[in-house]
Amino acid sequence: MIFTIARKELKTLFASSLAWTLLALVQLVLGWVFMGRLDAFLEIQSQLVQIANPPGVTEIIVAPVFAMAAAVLLMATPLLTMRLIAEERRNHTMTLLTSAPISITDIVLGKFFGLMIFFCSVILLVMVLSLSLLMGGTLDAGLLLSNAAGLLLICACFAALGLYISSLTDQPAVAAAGTLGALLGLWVMDIAVDDGGSIMRTLSLLKHYESFNRGLIDTFDLAYFSLFILTFLVLAIRRLDGERLRG
Amino acid sequence: MNEQTAPTTILAQGLCRDFGNRAAVYDVNLELRSGEVLGFLGPNGAGKTTTMRMLTGNLAPSAGSVAICGIDMMDRPRDAKARIGYLPEMPPLYRELRVDEYLLLAAKLHRVACASLCPSLVKAKQRCGLNGVGRQLIGSLSKGYQQRVGIAQAIIHNPDVIILDEPTAGLDPNQMREIRALIRELGAEHSVILCTHILPEVEAVCDRVQIMHRGRMVFNDSIDGLKQKQTSLEEVFAKLTLGEESAGEIQAQ
Repeated sequence: MIFTIARKELKTLFASSLAWTLLALVQLVLGWVFMGRLDAFLEIQSQLVQIANPPGVTEIIVAPVFAMAAAVLLMATPLLTMRLIAEERRNHTMTLLTSAPISITDIVLGKFFGLMIFFCSVILLVMVLSLSLLMGGTLDAGLLLSNAAGLLLICACFAALGLYISSLTDQPAVAAAGTLGALLGLWVMDIAVDDGGSIMRTLSLLKHYESFNRGLIDTFDLAYFSLFILTFLVLAIRRLDGERLRG
Repeated sequence: MNEQTAPTTILAQGLCRDFGNRAAVYDVNLELRSGEVLGFLGPNGAGKTTTMRMLTGNLAPSAGSVAICGIDMMDRPRDAKARIGYLPEMPPLYRELRVDEYLLLAAKLHRVACASLCPSLVKAKQRCGLNGVGRQLIGSLSKGYQQRVGIAQAIIHNPDVIILDEPTAGLDPNQMREIRALIRELGAEHSVILCTHILPEVEAVCDRVQIMHRGRMVFNDSIDGLKQKQTSLEEVFAKLTLGEESAGEIQAQ
């Protein structure tokens, strides 16, 4: 059942021009950043050979592209998650799902995984972009994979939070604005504080992504991401379940 | 119609639903047997849609119980829902899907086995007169065809109970006649609850009528019974629901 709903989500997503537009724009922005970093690398290449243990092409080009990808997807997520529940309510199609013999958990997980498959296609495109560097050199496979894993996890966090906020309202625009606000808040919340051990820094979403970005897979970050995803998925399920009681 | 021996498909007892302090539905009892078409009437705001939502498991009743074919909606919601086909007032259509894609999705959501997906689709389309439009996008169809897709969605999994909320709204007279013929046909083997404002439609299609007013069930009789008493449905309806209009009831839905 989860699979049926995920497939339906993908089908309706790709039937609209939203998915294609987003894929094209994300690729355009990331391609631009990629070219810029490549230019910078070629400029400093001669100086790099003079220092001992110089940073490789993966560190200089691929990691910044992935960092940028997280920021771009943060902006794109609200447009995708507002469709999931708020727009279904608005179009009165939610009744089809809630009248069918499936549990709310199936509905929420189906929608979540449907969106994750879309994000996977974005990540795959970024990977292909990075792998194109193999034509002129070698890549650090470990760093590339850690970046991809980090991007996948942070996208899952975006999706879970967006899904929950989408379940709170029946107006897609409100869901999108709320999600964007919440995600931006989680992104910048560590800027105001200086000391490293602060709780603000621990809660900031992109701080945890940064270690993946450096090639460091920390169990603390993994736990943070898993808890984040789980919390908001459970909240969304509870919210939709409660709707039956509240009316 | 052998009403004494046919199995009970819907049994709702003492249904109540409050929104805040206001009781939208109060102590509604409803019983339907297989092969029966029930006309469900009431002025706007009488609590019809709220009752429908409780019967289909979309809304939890404040008190009372609903059983579909003997399966309690509270205890085993999924088994109960699998036996219901529901067309809400606003048909839940994905405008960006093709008719075939949409109906197959509805069938899968209602646990139709993979092997019988295709036969179910063909049968539902044939019954609702959708044969030529399978590859069209739902959004490009006229209102009448969209309504038919909505009905097809409700019957594709061959449910025991079919609940239709104003299925002929927005249709032209020819389409209305076709849909009524379809409802009568469906009523032969399933039980159907037909919620409508068109009284001649009820007299033409239904076996039994229940009228709701201000959240209560105020009338329950068979069409034959009405004919024997030589009163028309319109008279009964006006007598029961007119005269004491007040603003409060309008919010009840």
